Amino acid sequence: MLSRHPCENPPALENTPPLIEIDHVTFGYDSSRPILKDVTLRFPRGKVTAILGGSGCGKTTLLRLIGGVHAADKGRVVFDGHVINTRDQDQLYRLRRRLGMLFQFGALFTDLTVFDNVAFPLREHTTLSEPMIRDIVLMKLNAVGLRGAAGLRISEVSGGMARRIALARAIALDPELIMYDEPFAGLDLISMGVAAKLIRTLNDVTGATSLVVSHDVPECMSISDHVILLANQGRVVAQGTPAELMASTDPETRQFVRGEPDGPVKFHYPAPEIDADFGLGGVTHRAASIGDRA
Amino acid sequence: MNAVARIGVIALEQFRGWGHAVFFLLDLLRAVPASLSRFGLVVAQIHAIGVRSLVIIMASGLAVGFVLALQMYYALVTYGAAESLGLIVNLSLVRELSPVVTALLFAGRAGTSLTAEIGLMKAGEQIAAMEMMAIDPKSRVLAPRLLAGIVSMPILCVLFSAVGIIGAWSVAVLLIGVDAGNFWSIMQTQVDVWRDVGNGLVKACVFGVICTVVALYQGYETEATPEGVAYATTRTVVISSLWILGMDFVLTAMMFSTP
Amino acid sequence: MGKKGIEIMVGVFVLMGMLGLAFLALKAANLGSVTGGDTYSLSARFDNVGGLKARAPVRSAGVLVGRVDSIELDPATFQGVVTLDIDKRYQFPKDTAAKILTSGLLGDQYIGLVPGGDDKNLVDGEAVAQTQSAVVLENLIGQFMTGRAESSGAAASEPAQ
Repeated sequence: MLSRHPCENPPALENTPPLIEIDHVTFGYDSSRPILKDVTLRFPRGKVTAILGGSGCGKTTLLRLIGGVHAADKGRVVFDGHVINTRDQDQLYRLRRRLGMLFQFGALFTDLTVFDNVAFPLREHTTLSEPMIRDIVLMKLNAVGLRGAAGLRISEVSGGMARRIALARAIALDPELIMYDEPFAGLDLISMGVAAKLIRTLNDVTGATSLVVSHDVPECMSISDHVILLANQGRVVAQGTPAELMASTDPETRQFVRGEPDGPVKFHYPAPEIDADFGLGGVTHRAASIGDRA
Repeated sequence: MNAVARIGVIALEQFRGWGHAVFFLLDLLRAVPASLSRFGLVVAQIHAIGVRSLVIIMASGLAVGFVLALQMYYALVTYGAAESLGLIVNLSLVRELSPVVTALLFAGRAGTSLTAEIGLMKAGEQIAAMEMMAIDPKSRVLAPRLLAGIVSMPILCVLFSAVGIIGAWSVAVLLIGVDAGNFWSIMQTQVDVWRDVGNGLVKACVFGVICTVVALYQGYETEATPEGVAYATTRTVVISSLWILGMDFVLTAMMFSTP
Repeated sequence: MGKKGIEIMVGVFVLMGMLGLAFLALKAANLGSVTGGDTYSLSARFDNVGGLKARAPVRSAGVLVGRVDSIELDPATFQGVVTLDIDKRYQFPKDTAAKILTSGLLGDQYIGLVPGGDDKNLVDGEAVAQTQSAVVLENLIGQFMTGRAESSGAAASEPAQ
């Protein structure tokens, strides 16, 4: 596959209206240093979309903007046709009830048990009776394979289990959009495999749209329908199916998907000439240094 | 940047901080009605904040009562006024010492635990998770703790006074031998319920609000690091204590200046 | 500890607070005495109320029977009008006298009621007819000196102060 201009919608996708549109969004926590600069993206409905990129390129910030936690400085974020207005509390409330978010380390409520954590959104947002809530909670825990752990306290639970419990909590209200913030970070291979399987299965079974923000290229590639690669300030480097990105000849894309230490993203942090630092004045030939390519 | 400009920057930062705190307080107050309907949360917090502070408050009250009785006795007996010991201890406790000492202890015990708890919840993204679930953390987490503090402080203050008076009684009457009848009767005629006990309770309520709001604010605004949380807990104690002592002066002047 | 346990402990906590408050109010302060229950109002006019303050005690035969509610100046007669709240248990005859007395030598001032012999009693809102103003120390000294001047045989008699 040839590399195409990153801003075009890859024609491999069906022509369904996207669930989320990011429209020329600029945002920074500090207005002098924008984290996202004029970013335009579309996330197709019902698919697993992975957002890859190095640290600090704005992936998590994107999730926060979609969740309405921050307001974009410029541009608009559109969820299912509605422009997100962070000042409208009612709209935000209704919007957030349709999405579930899995935080990086679970963000479970440490003072509650596993059961109470998963039951939390049900108890807060619905008026279901306790027996019904119990059934739903156990079903969700069963879906992530932790039905037997319902009575444990959070302090007794391992990292991988915590993520799965958080996932059960995120899907408690059967959301249309599930966002995963670094779901594979810090997990062993088995847990990573489990997490990947859950993300894919959930998406297929419930018909939800999934957004996975991650560094982990192999796992993401194995489960995603659509991949977006971002660089600094949210600049879109590449978009497409996993196969397209793996086969890309664009140097930036290749460096990222293959994990090459040096390339368009340099190995050396910008520094003065090495001779000057080591006081080797007057030497005309530069000695070969690690980052040099033949 | 010269010194004047630097002072200006620091002053502006302070004002910004205070403004931020005021908005925080307003949001908190706005969240109170919603949390009143979830009274179970408030009850759980009264237990965590109030009931758990009982031991230290009552132990301190007893100790203060003992010491007051001893010290005042030695001062009064030189003027032949040892009969007024009960009155002096009562007034000192109910008007000043109970609200202030209870508030300082409360800030130290309950205030720091509130700050640490909220700070750690923030650091572990629990607050952000709640927001993402369309649950307002201010009404679910913060406002119940505020209400619990406002309810607990006056109760603790009353218990401090009561235990202190009993402690003073035991030293004065049982140990030293002051006349028991006079101990109580002089107290009863001179201590006014509304002016002395009532004003002491008003002070306790005000201090309860101060301590709890400062503790919640410091926890909520802390940096999400271990050092940040540790720093925030010490700030809670320092800021609460300064506010308590300052407000005590203001309230005393308002309440007790005209006899 | 389960939810029930927590609720019980909080209930006990609140109960302890109320008991402590009751102890303070009743045993350690003056709530046990007057001004909780029913009272009726009497008024009294004085030329000089001296150091009398609101909430000062009203006593008869030394026993606390009520409290001073308010003290105002009558703009017509320029007398001080004192409103008294008297406990309903105590009824005073119509010819009762109200005096402003000092407890001890230099203590707080209070109102003393000296009952007369009338059959009919004062009712709510009535004024006490006979009053004796507070003793002002300067006037007392002035009278004393005037008295001394007269009794020492000086011819000129000063107008009584």
